[in-house]
Amino acid sequence: MAVRIGRYTLKLDRPTSIIGYAAAGSRKEAKGPLGKFFDYIDEDSTFGEKTWEKAESTLQKCVINKAIKKAGVTPGDIDVLLAGDLLNQCIGSTYGARQMGIPYVGLYGACSTMAESLLLAALFTDCGLASRCVAATSSHFCSAERQFRFPLEYGGQRTPTAQWTVTGAGACVTALQSGAPYVREVTIGTIEDYGICDINNMGAAMAPAAYATLLHYFNDTGTRPEDFDLILTGDLGMIGTQLLHQLMDEAKLSITANHKDCGLLIYDRLEQDVHAGGSGCGCAASVLCAYILPQLQEGLLKDVLFLATGAMMSPTSVQQGESIPGIAHLLHLSHTDGKEDNIC
Amino acid sequence: MTAKEYQSAAGKAIPHSKAARNIPTAFVVGGLLCVIGQAIIDLALFYGLEKDVASACGSISLIILSALLTGFNVYDNIAKYAGAGTLVPITGFANSMVSPAMEFKSEGYILGLGAKMFSIAGPVLVYGISASVIYGLILVLMGG
Repeated sequence: MAVRIGRYTLKLDRPTSIIGYAAAGSRKEAKGPLGKFFDYIDEDSTFGEKTWEKAESTLQKCVINKAIKKAGVTPGDIDVLLAGDLLNQCIGSTYGARQMGIPYVGLYGACSTMAESLLLAALFTDCGLASRCVAATSSHFCSAERQFRFPLEYGGQRTPTAQWTVTGAGACVTALQSGAPYVREVTIGTIEDYGICDINNMGAAMAPAAYATLLHYFNDTGTRPEDFDLILTGDLGMIGTQLLHQLMDEAKLSITANHKDCGLLIYDRLEQDVHAGGSGCGCAASVLCAYILPQLQEGLLKDVLFLATGAMMSPTSVQQGESIPGIAHLLHLSHTDGKEDNIC
Repeated sequence: MTAKEYQSAAGKAIPHSKAARNIPTAFVVGGLLCVIGQAIIDLALFYGLEKDVASACGSISLIILSALLTGFNVYDNIAKYAGAGTLVPITGFANSMVSPAMEFKSEGYILGLGAKMFSIAGPVLVYGISASVIYGLILVLMGG
């Protein structure tokens, strides 16, 4: 069973493996540098549905079914589905899960939902509360724009700090089984608010949360950034990345050498006109499932710190002049289950 | 780093808008729209319409043009480059009503299209009309 190490981190005791994973996206994601790694691409961003909300539900349902299939199990074998999205009342996930018949826990962690759902799935699995769990999340550019910003056809200019919500989804199936990739430790994030109020600069709002969580993890485990092949943040984008590097440099824990951000990986930032990069729950989820987990499985990457960041505001709080609180949940994903460390 | 120091670092990290490109583009496109409007007015005058009616023809034509381009998913692509050039003239106002009407049709004709089409233009109407009322009052009081 998972044990607490330090104030913030939980160490998983048993080999908790991600036995199946899948990523889905649409046309813009397919045209990006990682397009060829996606399991499912539909060039039509309506996914055959009449509304953008239904499109997102279909996208999430599709990616969950794909991950379950890749894990070699059936929906009936899944004990818990942990899922969330950006839409009000998480309807992207609930409507997607309608016909699945799997016990469902709805989550809201904004763009941190992939890390939030995956860390809970790993804990459920490690503690024996479920033999197999699914963690999933999605975002859709069109459903997010209409909820948080402007109508799609509104003629406005985006600011240089704005990020592009990814139309994408990712899902992972966890089980107590041998086979990489494994979840080794998880750190639950704290809410951090450094007083950034600009809704068009989410990267700056979220970077302090990523900084705090990284600091907590390194303190709790006694590790350093150079102990990992890759430190992968969710969707800090160009500005958030720059600020996180500054914060980490100041704490004498530079991550410049091995840090990457999903928001900067998923699109060709300049070529695809996405300003500061990609964002949304689907950004971290699809990059993790399409690009990072296969490398961990094959051993091309050995140890990865995956932390998805979320900006926990709502249009109401922003209109009321509130600053934007951020959160970042972290998972240490590894090619090995860590048992050999103890033997040595 | 304190919150205040961080905010200042965040301020420094923000890249500037491409003003050297945006401002001239806005000037040219906005000017071009005005030229089109004037051409329509002149044409209407040429065909013998009264000055007031001809002016209305100019405005209506630009509104229709903007609504059509919005409906054909073209307007936002022009506006991405033109910025204030397409926002400030009457075309921007038409786009700000047509785009939410299209977007929120999925929530029905009353609570969706009907209610939401004013979500962007509504404040402009409220404060525009309020300002004109105040201006009118001042004009009356000053004896104009």
